[in-house]
Amino acid sequence: MNREPGMSLIVKTVTRLTVGTILLYGIYIVLHGHLSPGGGFAGGVIIALSLVHLMLAFGKDVALKKISMSAAETLEDFGAIMFITIAFLGLAGGYFFLHIYGTGQPFKLLSAHMVLLSNIGIACKVGGGLFLVLVAIIAAGNGRKK
Amino acid sequence: MATIDINLLLIVMIVGAVIAVQIRDMLSCIVAIGLVGLAQSLAFLILKAPDLAIVQLVVEILTLVVLLRATIKRGEIEAEQRRDYFSEVLAVALCVLILVFAYPVIKMLPEFGYPAMTIGKEYIAQGLEKTGAANLVSAIILDFRAYDTLGEAVVLFTAVCGALVVLRKVGRKKPGGAGAEE
Amino acid sequence: MTYLLCLILLAVGLYAVLAKRNLIKIIVGMAIVEYALNMLFILFGYRYNGRSPILEASQEVRNIVDPLPQALILTAIVIGLATTALMVAVAVRIHEKYGTFDITKIRKLKG
Repeated sequence: MNREPGMSLIVKTVTRLTVGTILLYGIYIVLHGHLSPGGGFAGGVIIALSLVHLMLAFGKDVALKKISMSAAETLEDFGAIMFITIAFLGLAGGYFFLHIYGTGQPFKLLSAHMVLLSNIGIACKVGGGLFLVLVAIIAAGNGRKK
Repeated sequence: MATIDINLLLIVMIVGAVIAVQIRDMLSCIVAIGLVGLAQSLAFLILKAPDLAIVQLVVEILTLVVLLRATIKRGEIEAEQRRDYFSEVLAVALCVLILVFAYPVIKMLPEFGYPAMTIGKEYIAQGLEKTGAANLVSAIILDFRAYDTLGEAVVLFTAVCGALVVLRKVGRKKPGGAGAEE
Repeated sequence: MTYLLCLILLAVGLYAVLAKRNLIKIIVGMAIVEYALNMLFILFGYRYNGRSPILEASQEVRNIVDPLPQALILTAIVIGLATTALMVAVAVRIHEKYGTFDITKIRKLKG
């Protein structure tokens, strides 16, 4: 096993070019979830993939300096709370999860408001959660950083 | 035409699964699991489910990363042989028994390609005007059946919490005391 | 015939869970069982000459495959990843404590 963390120089150089592209692609799939295939789950897993890509290429310490474990926990909690808030706001119309937001014109980007906001909440939750699990497995044996 | 493609992809998946189960080298086993997931992603594309194809592909990549880091990096590159003769024969007999009992049930199902679709017709007819979303699968999981998505969020949260608790480093109370891990 | 091939895949995964000695092989067997089940559900919903369930602005004929099994299996795939990661986390912890992935040896060592 080599002494310096992460992988070779070629992998590091290519990673600098592709991490931002993968993150942007994941955000695109989340935001267009109600018009084209994708949605919250696919986009969330792609966002987690971009963060794991950074950690595999550069080693654990560099990646955890960019996004610490508490930041990923905050992202996951924000996503879950956002989804629950959207559900509770339906109580204003009479039922839990009621669709009171209006639909807008179909086939435009800002239509179907409830589906769009829920997609963002689910993507934050899935992305943050899967990144946490993979950091814990890949870097096991060193404890959690507070 | 679609039936021939699906059958070929299923045969590729069965061959990949048998290789993954039986081979001794761990790296080949993990690569064979990658083949099974990739063939399944292609099968989802042929079965006209593009959402699922995307999700299956990226989930397969993450599964490969997790399995590789858990085994190869820790130096375990070979698996031992089977337990003993009796339990292997019993397992094969049980699997054959399950197939034998499932065959009459398969014959009672509707023919492949002509589903019953008693609920699906209503979702297709009213999905666009009630939710405003053009992607019907997103409209179903986030508007018609949002409780299932809530349950999925809870399960994901529980699994993440469980994995983080299991991999925690147990601290020492005093140096050399009882319960110290390393 | 197609359903039968799917059930054969499930039987292969079940055999790996029951008759293998390495913990990672058992986890691989569970993953194969999950793949087979997801495939079976989507096979139930395929419609002959159907289209994918994404509507477009300029389209009149609606011969769409069943979107309900696809919606259920979409969450099931991501939950499968979470449970596989949890199983691998437990296996990694066992390997730290006992030094091996072999379940016959794990049973015999005491603490």
